[in-house]
Amino acid sequence: MTNDEIRDFIQNAIKENRVMLFMKGTPHQPACGFSARASGCLNALGVQYAALDVLPDPRIREELSGISGWPTIPQLFIDGELVGGSDIVLEMFESGELAELLGVEQQQAPAVEEPQPQQRPVGLENRLN
Amino acid sequence: MPTANELKERIERALPGAQVAVQDLTGGGDHFRAEVESDRFAGLSRIQQHKLIYDVFGDEVGGPIHALSIKTSTPGDRR
Repeated sequence: MTNDEIRDFIQNAIKENRVMLFMKGTPHQPACGFSARASGCLNALGVQYAALDVLPDPRIREELSGISGWPTIPQLFIDGELVGGSDIVLEMFESGELAELLGVEQQQAPAVEEPQPQQRPVGLENRLN
Repeated sequence: MPTANELKERIERALPGAQVAVQDLTGGGDHFRAEVESDRFAGLSRIQQHKLIYDVFGDEVGGPIHALSIKTSTPGDRR
């Protein structure tokens, strides 16, 4: 894939998926603690989200940061808007703002066992490797 | 390899008057946590506040600075 194709794919992924998480690894197998924290918050809220692993090709991260102006991974987009990286997502989860933004009920006590991610696969990582 | 102190000084130079604490999370010189209180954050969204800090280090973030966890606040703002 060319850089332009990767950029277009990323922009479409952000547009087409109400909740779009760019992370290292996958929700089932996060490859970094910060990414695990962000997907963990979404899993705890039980929301459906699309997740894209940026590790297969460094150009994904470069193009993504070019679009968002945010230098690190993970990056969470809701309704096409960058919500933040791991720190902001966790802060918003703990304050209840994330649940409110997503329009879901926040369970009082975070789920004890690891809730299963509600992830719909996004095709990019399969085509790249 | 950057040190916690170096990061602290660079943030302080970029945000004069800010209260800055930087911690090396692993001792390995590449995972840091910065807690910054500054009145420059007033009226800015969290994203804008965090970007002010990331911009201090440019593309070092994700490079020599593998991870930079950030907590921002404005004076008198206990979050």
